[in-house]
Amino acid sequence: MIQFYDYVLSGSCYKVRLFLALIGQEYEAVPVDYYPGGEHKTPEFLELNPLGQIPVLKDGDVTLRDAQAILVYLAGKYDTARTWYPADPETQGAIAMWLSFAGGEIMNSSAARLHDMLFYDFDIDKVRATAHAAFRVLDDHLTDREIDGADWIVGNIPTIADIACFPYVALSSDGGILLDDYHAIRRWINRLKKLPGFEVMPGIHAT
Amino acid sequence: MTKTTDNVALNDWQAVGDVDEITSGKRRNTRLLGQDIIVEMDGERARMFEANADGGMGAEHPAQILYGYVWVTLGTPAKPPLDMPEFKEDGRRLVSCGAVTVRASALRIVENFLDMSHFPYVHTGILGEEPVTEVTDYRFEVRQPDDEIWATDCNFFQPQAAASADGGQVSEYMYRVSSPFVSVLYKTCPVVEGAWDLVGIFVQPRDEGVCDVHTFMLVFDDTSTYTDLVHFQHEIFMQDRSILENQRPTGLPLSPKRESAIKADGSSMLYRRWLRQKGLTFGTYQGDEETEAA
Repeated sequence: MIQFYDYVLSGSCYKVRLFLALIGQEYEAVPVDYYPGGEHKTPEFLELNPLGQIPVLKDGDVTLRDAQAILVYLAGKYDTARTWYPADPETQGAIAMWLSFAGGEIMNSSAARLHDMLFYDFDIDKVRATAHAAFRVLDDHLTDREIDGADWIVGNIPTIADIACFPYVALSSDGGILLDDYHAIRRWINRLKKLPGFEVMPGIHAT
Repeated sequence: MTKTTDNVALNDWQAVGDVDEITSGKRRNTRLLGQDIIVEMDGERARMFEANADGGMGAEHPAQILYGYVWVTLGTPAKPPLDMPEFKEDGRRLVSCGAVTVRASALRIVENFLDMSHFPYVHTGILGEEPVTEVTDYRFEVRQPDDEIWATDCNFFQPQAAASADGGQVSEYMYRVSSPFVSVLYKTCPVVEGAWDLVGIFVQPRDEGVCDVHTFMLVFDDTSTYTDLVHFQHEIFMQDRSILENQRPTGLPLSPKRESAIKADGSSMLYRRWLRQKGLTFGTYQGDEETEAA
């Protein structure tokens, strides 16, 4: 059985929870006392992930950190139809580009949220501005995709690129980042929420 | 803003942090009622100082440790913090869930805490579920001599009433508001017959529209892990947070003209009236009731 080290309020953990729900894959959640306990910085947890971050996934002999890496693994292993992470190099290259974006630029929205909710010490103006710049890139991309008749970040069907980018875009108001100016992003969020098997997390409401 | 001049808010005790987190020698720089403050432990004793503009320590104010939290006041309270004898009972577990900042009036947090009607819509599958959306009649009153609001005989069907609950149950609740920013609910314990589990919020008003919410549970539960209990509470609280941050106006309106709009919720109406009679202004809506858009 897949063991998934999880925190209910983590958008990164939600990437994995959401994907597991969408592909209907069962797993065992191992709750991590991220806040207020700081369990992810304990020696026991650092054995699992020396970076001291959640999520972590264990599946048999495989132990993986990083939500994006976990999505790649789960899609390759458990999505038998192979639609979420198609095998062709062109699509995989495009997906990898957006996975990196999800784990990089978009994480400024996570930083703003941690600052505003849980007292993390970030330069709030800077992280919000950087998140807005990233959202502008994503919104422009989604607008171009719509003009081409496509609803998703890569290709004509949802992929793990959509799942990786979704949580911290949809949770951005938690960190004082409003989506009012990003019309294509808001339409994309609504499409994603209508996927069969979609699951909410606190701060993200069903349509 | 600077320190409020609202004497009702000033002359009251506020919880400002979990005592375990304000470990000996480690300061907590925080904010209370518009005033930057420093909270620290001096051996077994908690101390609180106003922070000067340069970050140095200014005037010292009373501080005490109670229920695992540091309680402080910037004024001269007429009564101590609420009495919770359940803290002395054997077999209970105190679970401190940490503080979370919310960009909302502290009064909005308390009012939402009292409201059962949002359970099926906001806490779907946990504290409520459609189509069972009706809040049945309950009793509410101000009890003297402690001047506390109590709402009793509150019953609601809940799919997962507590971390320890195995399936749905009709939960009975009692709500208690002991001071404008402090509320506790007493809830049917799924494990021990006839006992109440306690869930409480100590809201620390930082500014008129920003607060830190300290949440605790005091429960009979031998099976759930500490982390299970914290996550259960975090999930519920965060479902409320984004909604609370979007409520307008930010301050809580106390005008009697507003009461007809909230008649369905007796405890909310009583809470607002009780605040108005105290003369509390901090975190209330001060605009023009006539011109305000509904």
